[in-house]
Order: sequence, then structure tokens, then C-alpha cells
Amino acid sequence: MTNTHDGFALSRRVVLQGAASVALVGLGSTAFGLAPALAANDKYPEEAFKQKSGADAIKLLYGKTAEPSDKVKLDAPEIAENGSVVPISASTTLGDVTSIAFLVTENPNALIASYKIPAGTLPSVANRIKMARTSNVIVVVEAGGKLYSATREVKVTVGGCGG
Amino acid sequence: MASTIRVRATSSGETTEVQALIQHPMDSGFVKDSKGEFIPPHFIQQLTFEYDGKTVFSADWGGGISKDPYVKFSFKGGKKGDELKVSWVDSKGATDTTTAKIV
Repeated sequence: MTNTHDGFALSRRVVLQGAASVALVGLGSTAFGLAPALAANDKYPEEAFKQKSGADAIKLLYGKTAEPSDKVKLDAPEIAENGSVVPISASTTLGDVTSIAFLVTENPNALIASYKIPAGTLPSVANRIKMARTSNVIVVVEAGGKLYSATREVKVTVGGCGG
Repeated sequence: MASTIRVRATSSGETTEVQALIQHPMDSGFVKDSKGEFIPPHFIQQLTFEYDGKTVFSADWGGGISKDPYVKFSFKGGKKGDELKVSWVDSKGATDTTTAKIV
């Protein structure tokens, strides 16, 4: 399976290894303290979280596009009075779920959260998110290697991203 | 120092429901302070739940998660009295870890 996220992580890892070995030569033992911290961070999909567009974030995260599915359930308030705390939850009846991600298309950065669902964990997540203004909220579910999504509009009375 | 993480893990016999509440500013970097200056980003990036030596749930978060984040999930198994380990790392490299007994 090709996955640009993996590919990206891999290329970062190579770069970090390169940097670590350079540091080893230049700084000696201090590099040992540095390397584990970098290694622990390399799985975080930093670029995906920096995307303004939801579609770009999904592409970076999964390397494919999602199709809408009525088997994905997204629970969100119709109106959120306070955009800084909007309770959102999602679940699905799809099998073999490996990941669930939340996006808010009108936020400065669309990707909010990406959850890994190992085998044995139920495909259901609740969290609280920030919304800058009225926007579509999208949940993406990765099941059996494919992406499915559900979208709902949430009207925001007072935005939660300031600025 | 008291932990920033509060966890409640409840076993129903077949599954364990986990709710976690973490104290963290979750500054996105897009909010201005009273002087009109942007508050620099500072948010939890990764959150992990481990049971019996295995990761049962993990999150990658951006600055769009609300201040003092809350998350809920469930996993199959989990015995009453067993421990669940929760840890996070934020965008400044700070971390916290706690364990909670499943009730």
C-alpha cells in the first residue's frame, strides 16, 4: 500500500538520522541526548496539521481521498454558542477501522485530530474542538484501507480561534 | 506536582470505557493576547493510552483541540484493578504520564 504519510515520515527519518550523525561527529556525546527526542517525534504528522485545506490535510495524512458514507456517524451540535469548546463525537459500523480523524474546513488549519484505532479498540471517539466560525466538520474513517467520511455544518455564534 | 491528567477507566466486563481530561492551554498560535500579540503555539501533539504493554488508543493533536482537552474511547477487554498508562508530549517537548486503575 502506498501512503504518502509513511513516505513523508520515512524521508523525515532519513533526514533526522543524517542530522543526528552529523551532530555525533560535531558534538560528541550531546547527540545521544538529542536523538531519542527526535525519534519520538518523527511519527507526528506535522505537515498535515499545517494545511489550510481539509483535502490537502487528508491527502498528506492518508495519501488518498475519502468518499461519503452513511455508515459513518458524526455527532455535533447544530449551533455552538461557544466556538472554543464544541463537543464532537464520531462512530462507525464499518469493520477493520484503523484511524479516525476530525477536520474543520473553516479553521486556520483544517486538521484537528487524528486517532489511531488498534485492533480491539472500538471505532468510536468523543472529543472537544475549537471552531473559528461556522463551518463544516468532517470526520474521516479509515476502514479496510479505504477512507470514508461524514460531514455536518455547525453554526458558531462566537468563534473560538480569536485573532 | 499533581498530574495534569485525570483518567476514568470503567470496565463493563466486555469493554473498558476510558475518559481523560488533561490540563493544558492548547494554544493554537492564532489567538492574540490583550496587547494584540499572537500567543505562541503550545499544544499537546501526541497522547497515548497503554494497557497490558500495548497501545490501545493514540491521538495526534493540532492546536484545534480545546483548552484542557477531553477525550473518550473504549477498548475490548481490560480487567478491574489493572492499570492503564496515559502519557502526552506537547509542541515544546514537555511530557506527563500517569497510571489509572480500571474500576
